Amino acid sequence: MREISVDLVRDAIKTMCIEANCILSDDVYQAIEKAKTTESSAVGRELLCQLTKNADIAKRDYMPICQDTGMAIIFLEIGQDVHFYGGYLEDAVNEGVRLGYEEGYLRKSIVKDPFIRVNTGDNTPAVIHTQIVPGDKVDITVAPKGFGSENMSRIFMMKPSDGIEGAKDAIVQAVKEAGPNPCPPMVVGVGCGGSFEKCALLAKKALLRPIGSVSPIPHIYEMEKELLERMNKTGIGPQGLGGNTTVLGVHVESFPTHIAGMPIAVNISCHVTRHTHTIL
Amino acid sequence: MKVKIETPLVLEQAKKLRAGDIVEITGTIYTARDAAHKRMLTEYEETGKLPFDIKNAVIYYAGPAPEKPGMVIGSAGPTTSYRMDAYAPKLIELGQTGMIGKGARNQQVVDTMKKYGAVYFGATGGAGALLANHIKKSEVIAYEDLGAEAIRKLYVKDFPAIVIIDSLGNNLYETEPPKYRQ
Ligand code: SF4
Repeated sequence: MREISVDLVRDAIKTMCIEANCILSDDVYQAIEKAKTTESSAVGRELLCQLTKNADIAKRDYMPICQDTGMAIIFLEIGQDVHFYGGYLEDAVNEGVRLGYEEGYLRKSIVKDPFIRVNTGDNTPAVIHTQIVPGDKVDITVAPKGFGSENMSRIFMMKPSDGIEGAKDAIVQAVKEAGPNPCPPMVVGVGCGGSFEKCALLAKKALLRPIGSVSPIPHIYEMEKELLERMNKTGIGPQGLGGNTTVLGVHVESFPTHIAGMPIAVNISCHVTRHTHTIL
Repeated sequence: MKVKIETPLVLEQAKKLRAGDIVEITGTIYTARDAAHKRMLTEYEETGKLPFDIKNAVIYYAGPAPEKPGMVIGSAGPTTSYRMDAYAPKLIELGQTGMIGKGARNQQVVDTMKKYGAVYFGATGGAGALLANHIKKSEVIAYEDLGAEAIRKLYVKDFPAIVIIDSLGNNLYETEPPKYRQ
């Protein structure tokens, strides 16, 4: 049994919220850099240059890359041999978010109720996903998510007869419909299989993978490749103003499912796809 | 070619702009997004007043991040505009000539723009740090309780944007992507 103070979790989350929002992770930065050399539109190339310049300014001034510093999505993989002391874990996570958003001058974008829309003032609560895993470590990922792109995400409860071709068409369609709204170039996370909520979670987790990483499953790997190609042929381009850089990456995660179903979730993200990761 | 424009954006100038023009905006603009639009129009119905002079005004759909000590403003890029589609036609009718945001607009907004001569500019979504550098003054002038959604009066200098939809209804989101579709 390993004893861990929840204060440690709180402090890690605080730092990670700020870092995730101010420093564009290297995989995304490099993907934009690479796109500059392949983008066919001159306006598109200029826009991609603005994006890396923006990231440079954000890093230099330690200010948010984008003003939508997101809803804090937090994944905790907790080793089953860990015992937390000093308070309730979720309270510590939310305290970390509160401190991070305050001290980092991040925008507070959370309203208390979906219908009675009063801002909570400190960007809490976070959306927390915990998973119990073997071992005695705590693996923390902080992935603040902006809603310009979140709003463009879709879930399709497809029929098995739709097959992989039907799934690919639906996923590409979601990107076409998103168009200029999610600040393209986008990053697209796809979840296939499981149940209604499982595929959504898989899609979200797919966004945590570094851009450029590929699925180890052969037919899913092929699917990722084809989706990337098809999406970049839609013409949407940077900011929706035309070009061949519509998406920087497509990551697909899959899971066993029921004989009667084929759930497909598409979680759309933007060129400010944020994820920081640490292990306690 | 870069077109330098100044605010207030007089109708004559607004009507001259064409989709695809790359502009640099200098002058006073106002931020307002979802909640501020809703409140503004509710108040207008009740009192006949708006919190700022809407005539020839340019509204920036944005909710900036808080400023660090010593800075004018935090990160301040555009938000997705379609959420303001329900409110924009009324404001254009009342004299607004420019909108800055990102993403598509509905037909009713475009029709109203054509009728009254307004233009829709796109600023680079997600380039909040870069855009903040072009904001030289910032002051909350209404609805402070809305936090990031409060209405701010900004003074911007050479603020970079592109004319997405002009007063004739030409729309870059419709004309450009097909050129690159394969
Ligand atoms: S979609 Fe992404 S880049 Fe665009 S405003 Fe939202 S968080 Fe920022």
